[in-house]
Amino acid sequence: MASLDRVKVLVLGDSGVGKSSLVHLLCQNQVLGNPSWTVGCSVDVRIHDYKEGTPEEKTYYIELWDVGGSVGSASCAKSTRAVFYSSVNGIILVHDLTNKKSSQNLYRWSLEAFNKDSSPTGVIVTNGDYDREQIPENLLPLLVIGTKFDHIPENKRSDVLARTAFLSEDFNAEEINLDCTNPRYLAAGSSNAVKLSRFFDKVIEKRYFTKEGSQAGFSDRKRFNFKSLHYD
Amino acid sequence: MSFLVDSIIMFTSQVLFFGFGWLFFMRQLFKDYEVRQYVVQVVFSVTFAFSCTMFELIIFEILGALSSTSRYFHWKLNLYVILLVLIFVVPFYIGYFVVSNIRLLQRQKLLFACVVWFTFMYFFWKLGDPFPILSPKHGILSIEQLISRVGVIGVTLMALLSGFGAVNCPYTYMSYFLRNVTDSDILALERRLLQTMDMIVSKKKRIAMTRRQMYQRGEDQNKQTGFWGMIKSVTSSPPGSENLSLIQQEVDALEELSRQLFLETVDLQATKERIEYSKTFQGKYFNFLGYFFSIYCVWKIFMATINIVFDRVGKTDPVTRGIEITVNYLGIQFDVKFWSQHISFILVGIIIVTSIRGLLITLTKFFYAISSNKSSNVIVLVLAQIMGMYFVSSVLLMRMSMPLEYRTIVTEVLGELQFNFYHRWFDVIFLVSALSSILFLYLAHKQAPEKHMNL
Repeated sequence: MASLDRVKVLVLGDSGVGKSSLVHLLCQNQVLGNPSWTVGCSVDVRIHDYKEGTPEEKTYYIELWDVGGSVGSASCAKSTRAVFYSSVNGIILVHDLTNKKSSQNLYRWSLEAFNKDSSPTGVIVTNGDYDREQIPENLLPLLVIGTKFDHIPENKRSDVLARTAFLSEDFNAEEINLDCTNPRYLAAGSSNAVKLSRFFDKVIEKRYFTKEGSQAGFSDRKRFNFKSLHYD
Repeated sequence: MSFLVDSIIMFTSQVLFFGFGWLFFMRQLFKDYEVRQYVVQVVFSVTFAFSCTMFELIIFEILGALSSTSRYFHWKLNLYVILLVLIFVVPFYIGYFVVSNIRLLQRQKLLFACVVWFTFMYFFWKLGDPFPILSPKHGILSIEQLISRVGVIGVTLMALLSGFGAVNCPYTYMSYFLRNVTDSDILALERRLLQTMDMIVSKKKRIAMTRRQMYQRGEDQNKQTGFWGMIKSVTSSPPGSENLSLIQQEVDALEELSRQLFLETVDLQATKERIEYSKTFQGKYFNFLGYFFSIYCVWKIFMATINIVFDRVGKTDPVTRGIEITVNYLGIQFDVKFWSQHISFILVGIIIVTSIRGLLITLTKFFYAISSNKSSNVIVLVLAQIMGMYFVSSVLLMRMSMPLEYRTIVTEVLGELQFNFYHRWFDVIFLVSALSSILFLYLAHKQAPEKHMNL
């Protein structure tokens, strides 16, 4: 039973955006009752059926590594976090929909993870600026999740959704907006659940079926996407 | 006419300070948060601006800039405004934001904020009772009442920070205290951390798989409903769930271990970086400074003890004392008035700049450590309150560092406070704070290598 294949997915984001609640919701299908600051890294496991419903259905373990950002951005904390970034197969970027700065910090988080990626074709960024033209060459699948959706008043929702659409295009990733205190956002059959399942399928494909990995069409379309990095 | 010019100068400088406070707030404090309530930013910048203006007025006093009547007027005005802000505006907003965070009291926010403010005023007033700070000829609503209490709080804060800073500064600067950390130590610790994470992951996989199987089998077991089903479930629980709770306990223990290992690794990495830094030129410079500061710290503790034991208060300030020594013992003749003015200007300027810088840095560190999304507004306002009280009492205490002729304005404006009491109080709290910091750092230093040894 424990000899199923596994993939490792990082969950990154600022402190307080809701990564622990999200991971708990994804793995236990329950709302986390008393969230507290994550020190170090907390891991949880989700069992995923790859290509569900088809003859090639196979079960995999998806390890969700929730790396806490609350120890700080000091370089000693960064080099310690780097311990968790080895042999990663996918990244979930989490931001808080009520806090614009957490969305802007996602660029920094993805840089931190890509720089420590040990694969030989990893992105090498020298001056610390995020060079978007190098995104298509990076092979890690990304997913952008916005949390605390229920806290946004009705009239601001369209603005916020437009902003996050820009963000997910920059990362060349799908996006999901939800509230971790409400399981109905990820109810089976909803569009969010489908996106999530597609993301996990992509991660598993990249890891185990690299010859069939989806590189061609997807990235060519987005290669010349010069959106502005700073938006307010 | 000169009054108008002076006022314009004062106003421009206040606007400059306000701008600086605003920038500091945006760039440093609220780096990772979105400013949604501009009131907080305005209140913080206003407090900062008026505190800096007070220091500016002292400098002007020493330099003799602006005319003395306009200086006096601006002193009074500034003092009233800052007292108004510190006692009425900031506590009210603190109460308001605290109340807005609590869900139950959303309806009557203003009312509850006023209630909180009245409680604050009550305790603030009561604060004055145990201290011999007033003489009976002061009325109830005089400015001395308010300043004296603000002064007590501010002086306590100053002494606490001073005491801790005086001990902590040599401890962090000097490389003598650095533990020896090698790369292999860090690698060994990281390996242990990863092994622990792997164990946690494999246990969680078992839990997830067992749960899934139970869920898939659950359709069969749920059919055992009814009376007998309940009785049966009491005696024999399904074999899966017993295992589950056992594994879950093991996982909890392992997670606690992984947290500890992570914190230790961060600690070791930080120490390694400090060791590397100490080998650079800058590092060596700070190391030397550290020895100098440790001597200074010991001397200050010694002086504080002497002051308390022999119940003496220094009569002359360091500048005049220094000049006396050089003139009388070293026989160097120079123009006392001229030099005393310039030296006291430099000395007071250094004190002001370092205390502002030190306070802002400490506040920033403190803010990063404890603030979260919900409480950031409240914490910033509390910091603004602390900052205001700190600066007001530094003016009080600075009086001792200035020659007699410059002290008059402070004495005149602040009224007849018992200044000696404040110095005594500062000495006592400084001593207590310094000694307890030494104890605390000693314990922390001792404990760390023992943890390290257990690996």
